Amino acid sequence: MPDDRELGNTRASTQLLTDRIPGQAAVDEMVVSRQSGMLSSDDILVTKPLGALFWFAIGWLGLVVVLAVLAQVLPLPNPNFQNYSAINSPPNIHHLLGTDDLGRDLLSRLIFGARVSLIVGFASVGIGMAIGGTLGLVSGFKGGSLDSMLNAGSFVILAFPAIVAVIAIVAFWGQSLLKITIIIGVGTIPLMFRVVRASSLSFANRDFVIAARTMGAITPRILFREILPNVVPVAVTFGLITVAGVIVLEGSLAFLGLSVALPTPSWGNLIAEGTANGNLSINPYIMLWPAFSMFLLLLSINLIGDRMRLRFDIREGLL
Amino acid sequence: MSGVTTDSTVQPRTSGSDVVLSVDHLVVEFRSGKQRVQAVSDISFQVRKGETLGLVGESGCGKSTTGRALVQVQPPTSGSVNYLGQNLGALSHRQLRKVRTKIQMIFQDPISSLNPRRRVKDIVAEPLVIWGRGTKAERALRVHTMLEAVGIDPDTAGDRRPQEFSGGQCQRISIARALMADPDLLICDEPVSALDVSVQAQILNLLADLKARFGLTMVFIAHDLAVVKNVSDRVAVMYLGKLVELAGSDDLYRSAAHPYTEALLASIPEPDPEHVSTHKALAGELPSPLDPPSGCRFRTRCPYATQLCGEEEPPLREVAPGHQVACHFPLVGDRAGTPDQAVPAG
Repeated sequence: MPDDRELGNTRASTQLLTDRIPGQAAVDEMVVSRQSGMLSSDDILVTKPLGALFWFAIGWLGLVVVLAVLAQVLPLPNPNFQNYSAINSPPNIHHLLGTDDLGRDLLSRLIFGARVSLIVGFASVGIGMAIGGTLGLVSGFKGGSLDSMLNAGSFVILAFPAIVAVIAIVAFWGQSLLKITIIIGVGTIPLMFRVVRASSLSFANRDFVIAARTMGAITPRILFREILPNVVPVAVTFGLITVAGVIVLEGSLAFLGLSVALPTPSWGNLIAEGTANGNLSINPYIMLWPAFSMFLLLLSINLIGDRMRLRFDIREGLL
Repeated sequence: MSGVTTDSTVQPRTSGSDVVLSVDHLVVEFRSGKQRVQAVSDISFQVRKGETLGLVGESGCGKSTTGRALVQVQPPTSGSVNYLGQNLGALSHRQLRKVRTKIQMIFQDPISSLNPRRRVKDIVAEPLVIWGRGTKAERALRVHTMLEAVGIDPDTAGDRRPQEFSGGQCQRISIARALMADPDLLICDEPVSALDVSVQAQILNLLADLKARFGLTMVFIAHDLAVVKNVSDRVAVMYLGKLVELAGSDDLYRSAAHPYTEALLASIPEPDPEHVSTHKALAGELPSPLDPPSGCRFRTRCPYATQLCGEEEPPLREVAPGHQVACHFPLVGDRAGTPDQAVPAG
């Protein structure tokens, strides 16, 4: 750890080479050779260590993802199997996190439930990013009437109270993982649009874009080579924070009985079950595990997003 | 004007076959709501092959807008920009894309002119990649030699990103990128204004070297007359969107004919502490281009203004061979009486 930090400092201090003056070449050469041995181009941007908290957050997110992906393979009991001889049992060697009021294994339900939360969270933001992000990129760069129209459209959608809209659509269309993902995904389109558009707009008239134009670059090339690389960090950071928001939204829907149909577990469903039928006083574990897992996951995602923003932000990174 | 054929072997004649760039009655207007601002109002000039034309004026006089109009990044409202006799505004999108590579720009802000997310070698290779010139290895070699030519060590700099360099180095990289497109004409929009004085000199020397080496023609936009004097063969002075004086560099500095030019020259700091300036500083601010003064646009700040200046706009006319002035009362004859601080023949 201390080694890492020291390395970071030398990097920062030798980053700005002085302007080359004829005759000063030798000095430059020295500065450069001191660096070149230990630097690869990719880690030059690192100016601050990311910190233990960041790695803890990555660890928790990674653990949840791995467990969710491997849920079928892991030696877990069926999450919907009801063992009436072990109802409301506290954590023990057979049921590591205990069982619920129907004798279902809580660890198994927690892990299978993570699948739903993660899929809804990441896939719906993926949908929003693919559509809203693309529109925002083009709209911000092109400007004009297209931009005004899309902008107005995004405001119209954003003006709708999201949860009410989602409840109405779910009630009308039905509750499956796919449908819920699509509904929430469409809901995130205007959010992604606005953030990406703003960023794209701020780069659209930079001198390097004008330079690309005079060199003969066509618009798609400018969009992908000049604008997109500058927009991606913002989009990824914002996307991650939206994932956290969507996971909470899924939880809220589940709590209202509008997420994936029971008995399929999702973290939201589990929390809802944990508070139903007086379970909270009889067996608080039912609600504790999913609530705690969700809390840690949201914290991790926000923390990762925040650290990524710091790392990607060039001006701040240089200070 | 029938010679608008795009035959590359025959250069259509405008006036003298060595004219690379000719600007005719260029007007650039900006609209904001109902209001229209003429940033550039009706200017004409020509740039001959191999020369450097300096374009000076204070902030907001339209010199940068002119520079952008030259590469058609800012489309002219009226008038034309002709490169080797071809009106750039009349070209199709596809033709313009090709012709425009011959006119490259260097910008004022060295940081903003390079994409912060790309590596230096990719930035510099971009013109070649866009046009699919050369194999990967050939491109790498050309990037290498070009970076060396502008004084950047290609081996250490190639994989780095722009923010790791100083302003002067970024400007060198910009120059390398512009030259990779094989331009004839380089438009330098205040290329040294954002740099330290010591670095300014290096960049100016570099530009002069490269101009000779690559046979470039340059339009050099600046607000600093001292800088322009050193690099330009001819100098055009702009005031509030108009060209007020156009003359050979030495001619202009020895005998400025327009009162505005005279004032600009008098404002160059003298290194001699004994020197007492005989000229009063210009009074007042640049008038708003939204509502330019009637007649001569400089009359509100001109010490010699008369009633005529408010009624009639002075046209740009020749007062000496190659020396054009837009003033009713050019200072040509009067100069003999004033104590002359001009350089002895040199």
